[in-house]
Amino acid sequence: MSYLVLNNLTKRYGPTAAVDSLNLEIRQGEFISLLGPSGCGKTTTLQMIAGFVEPSAGNIVLNGRDMNNIPANKRGLGIVFQNYALFPHMTASQNVAFGLEMQGIKKAECAERVADTLKLVGLGHLADRYPARMSGGQQQRVALARALVIKPAVLLLDEPLSNLDAKLREEMQLELRSIQRSIGTTTVLVTHDQSEALALSDRIVVMNQGRVEQIAEPYTAYEQPNSEFVGGFLGKANIFQVLAESSALEPSVRIAEAIIPLEGVAMPASSVIVRPEKILFSSPQPSALPGIMKTRVFQGNHWLCQVKTSAGDVLVIRQNDGESVAEEGAVVHLRWRAQDMRPVGAAN
Amino acid sequence: MIKPSQAPWLLSAPALTLYATFLIAPIASVFLISFFNFEFYGGIQVSFTLKNYIEILTDSYFYEVFARTFGVAFLVTLACVVLGTAEAYVLSRMRNPWKGLFLMVVLGPLLISVVVRTLGWALLFGSTGLISKGLQALGLAAGPVSLMYTNLGVGIALTHVMVPFMVISVWASLQKINPSTEAAALSLGASQFTVIRRVIVPQVMPGILSGAIMVFAMSASAFATPAIVGGRRLKTVATAAYDEFLNTLNWPLGSALAVLLLIATIIVLIATNRLIERRYGAVFN
Repeated sequence: MSYLVLNNLTKRYGPTAAVDSLNLEIRQGEFISLLGPSGCGKTTTLQMIAGFVEPSAGNIVLNGRDMNNIPANKRGLGIVFQNYALFPHMTASQNVAFGLEMQGIKKAECAERVADTLKLVGLGHLADRYPARMSGGQQQRVALARALVIKPAVLLLDEPLSNLDAKLREEMQLELRSIQRSIGTTTVLVTHDQSEALALSDRIVVMNQGRVEQIAEPYTAYEQPNSEFVGGFLGKANIFQVLAESSALEPSVRIAEAIIPLEGVAMPASSVIVRPEKILFSSPQPSALPGIMKTRVFQGNHWLCQVKTSAGDVLVIRQNDGESVAEEGAVVHLRWRAQDMRPVGAAN
Repeated sequence: MIKPSQAPWLLSAPALTLYATFLIAPIASVFLISFFNFEFYGGIQVSFTLKNYIEILTDSYFYEVFARTFGVAFLVTLACVVLGTAEAYVLSRMRNPWKGLFLMVVLGPLLISVVVRTLGWALLFGSTGLISKGLQALGLAAGPVSLMYTNLGVGIALTHVMVPFMVISVWASLQKINPSTEAAALSLGASQFTVIRRVIVPQVMPGILSGAIMVFAMSASAFATPAIVGGRRLKTVATAAYDEFLNTLNWPLGSALAVLLLIATIIVLIATNRLIERRYGAVFN
């Protein structure tokens, strides 16, 4: 039984559709990410769930109740905004208490729940501090506590980590995930950061130009993107044009000079995605793609290489296993397994 | 050569000269004259006497004038806080191009002389004016109603003059509000009214208070409006000082009135400012 259902949800601004017939079913306790570039309609979708934007068509059903005519302040959802939107004239605990006061909860219980929630986000010691005197990460936690304390039906996160620096962002990702797991609140996260979506979600909804491109679990979405867009947006991807090859003994495909045996893998498409970390350097052989090392960038735990081939520039990521990769300008051969080619696009 | 230590002084010299000439010097001379002696037949005599201050502080007539001045200024400030805050909030919620248009409507009166605007009110307030006729036509008044020469009339006209200053001040504060705080409060279950009361108004409080200080100071020292609508009967400190200077020619007494008005206003302003800083220092850095 789905907990939150978006049926054919559409929002049009004039002739353009910001969100176009979005269908999504979310289970209770699930962590869903809406992932896409800016302008893909993910924030509009979130605002429709929150009740700040009215859908042009379609509806939202929460726990069997149609939300269409229910105003934002009656939906009982917790929202964490991109810029936190803390009340600057209230202390951390007053901010967190606000939602409980609106529900008319008694002072003693209110104080207890505020203290518990602040402790949950690790801010028990800053209860009496004003937001202006807090760091970005601390404000972020207060915003999360404020949204969680009302025990929301759904927690909506609008790019909550995008204003934090990289290190803090990773810390908060882990923490956000563990908090969400421990209290089991159904969560919808809007983000343009693919690593955030991969790290946090049970399922990812990849959106582009108002439409859903793919809905899948993080591993599936990464390993089996169903379009060039998803492949390119979720991590790095090399896209190759595939030609049928009949001269070889076994079923093979040709990518530029390389003739790659299919080893039983079906190859119905005209183009394939190969993840850069799946590509190996090899000795010259018919199934390897020759090229010239154009640039190589050392990034600590891995090398990021760009190899110039007749199929275009190919991105290769090699784990730093102690062996140095070829010098810039050297001739290299690239090889990958047939099952690492993910078909996208229609076959000819 | 200019020594480095002299540079700040030299750079600020033009502004300092301007202030010294047009602000410090007149106030200093008014302060000086307030201690001079005045004889009905001898005119102004250079001396040092507290006679003028003693006269003001012992005469119930002047107490009445001061009470009226600050009473009207206080009520005008109150009216401006209510009207100006509401106006600014409504304006901020408007869409373009209405926002720009109505902002012009609100601030436009500032382009017209206070005297002209007050004379306009005088036309409305008179016993044969629009308000009086209107009330009679609606059956709300038995006979002609005149708001001329009443505290209410002065208050209404002054409020009209002062409201734009309040709107500007609150408007500036509203622009600094993060619009998502409103959405956040709504999502937490607050009604629209609660959002305004608990989230919007507290955030624009610094703007409201600084606007109130400005309106209070200007209302307490206003001259044109009380002079026209209040007339000779309903004196405020400013009009009383004017009469001492130009009618009685008792410059020292007029100066003493002016000095007392200045001191009283400054005390009110400093006290309010202290209050604001103590209350909002921690909140808004």
